[in-house]
Amino acid sequence: MKDSIISIDDVSFQYPDQTAFALQHVSLHVQRGEWLAIVGHNGSGKSTLAKMLNGLHYPKEGTVTISGLALSEENVWAIREKLGMVFQNPDNQFVGTTVQDDVAFGLENNGVEQKEMKERVQEALEKVGMTAFLNQEPHHLSGGQKQRVAIASVIALRPDIILLDEATSMLDPAGRDEVMNTIRSIKDEEGLTVISITHDLEEAAKADRVVVLNQGSVYTEGSPQAIFQLDQELLTLGLDVPFPVRMSQLLADEGLILSQRHFTEEELVKDVWTLNFKK
Amino acid sequence: MMEKIILGRYLPLNSVVHRMDPRAKLLFIFGFVFVVFLANNVLTYALLGVFTLFVIVLSNIKIQFLMTGLKPVIWLILFTFLLHVFFTKEGEVLAQLGFLSIYKGGVIKGAFISLRFLLLIFVTSLLTLTTPPISVTDGIESLFGPLKRVKVPVHELALMMSISLRFIPTLLDETDKIMKAQMARGADFTSGSLTSRIKAVIPLLIPLFVSAFKRAEELAVAMEARGYRGGEGRTKYRVLAWHGRDTAALLVLVALAAALFGLRS
Repeated sequence: MKDSIISIDDVSFQYPDQTAFALQHVSLHVQRGEWLAIVGHNGSGKSTLAKMLNGLHYPKEGTVTISGLALSEENVWAIREKLGMVFQNPDNQFVGTTVQDDVAFGLENNGVEQKEMKERVQEALEKVGMTAFLNQEPHHLSGGQKQRVAIASVIALRPDIILLDEATSMLDPAGRDEVMNTIRSIKDEEGLTVISITHDLEEAAKADRVVVLNQGSVYTEGSPQAIFQLDQELLTLGLDVPFPVRMSQLLADEGLILSQRHFTEEELVKDVWTLNFKK
Repeated sequence: MMEKIILGRYLPLNSVVHRMDPRAKLLFIFGFVFVVFLANNVLTYALLGVFTLFVIVLSNIKIQFLMTGLKPVIWLILFTFLLHVFFTKEGEVLAQLGFLSIYKGGVIKGAFISLRFLLLIFVTSLLTLTTPPISVTDGIESLFGPLKRVKVPVHELALMMSISLRFIPTLLDETDKIMKAQMARGADFTSGSLTSRIKAVIPLLIPLFVSAFKRAEELAVAMEARGYRGGEGRTKYRVLAWHGRDTAALLVLVALAAALFGLRS
């Protein structure tokens, strides 16, 4: 694991007023340029892990290294520049009174010169396709647009890693696609590392690798294909297999073997209606 | 809900007044509040009136629009006028209504004071009408900047102001939603005695407060994640620029004050 951008080694964490450990001996490595999904039901420790990566919590045991910096109180501000975070609620992370003020907020905090700030705000908003909304106030934006602004304010800081903490869970399906497509294109353009923390397996299906957390420890990890093969096991962990995956399994049970696994409805539909042509 | 309130609303037009530095506008209004008190006769009030009209015309804001904004205070103005009419006993008697006698001095004084009220309201509402709230905040932060030396948390106060401004529509939306949710459960906000109406507000306020605190907590985490660590070492995205017209505006105010000083009796 030479080129891991994030190393989590044997990390345990306990909330101050609780006896149970929220994280227990978690070890995890993230490759540079990888898209990693961390899934788990409520209380599996995935949010705690997310907050730890941003220095909002410190491990009780073990070490966390991000972009070559060990997580500690001295390094935390440098780490926050390397790792940007998009949170769940689109409203509660919008600090500025307008779109451009919000994107500039992180830059102001890091003491970027005003002239450069203007350029970076413009550039970041271009990347998420929100330049037309420069002076718009947050209450005139949809949830998906607000999350795109949140992504812009993260990439304006030019981080190495972008961490999505349930960033699409409060959005409607259209907003969800909007945000995921934005992330995908930015990731390809900038060579960013993406970590998405979610309980939505359809979102996890888009990742390169999936880590399943359960009761504060890593339950299993693998490619989305391998993870979805677990099927019943996932259900016992409180995770729902995406509909297209379940559907093609049911079809397989009926003797209709489709050529490949499907993660989106579109893929499934395409395969089903072309099935007879292949015979 | 916001549409009815003119106070604190911003009208994005293009005018010299809109383009002025918010600091200049704040200083101007602060000065104007004192200058208004210099007027004490017909000539000086006329001069003040003409001057205010001139400023309104410069701002491109319709006088009718300012008039609608007067509605909430019109009773207050009327009340002060009548108070002076009935209770100031100066000059000759104009009319005798039973035990009340109306003096000429009372009418004049009442008119002057109402006019003073009116001018102050016009000019101060011009500030918010021509300046986006965020610029007002920036202006205040910059003007009070020197107070940082005596440990007044100017930056924090300004940030608090701008965050409150940003969350007003969000919380109004939320209030609306909670209200509908409670109405769907049979709550009645619009009828009944005053006490029962006040009681009906409680199930509205509690969820609102709970969610506001939750929002505050999440916002604080989000701000920290984006590197917020207080005002030190922070740069500003919005830079205020003081132009010649800003100095000119303040000089005009000084000239006005001098003229009023010369003309007052």
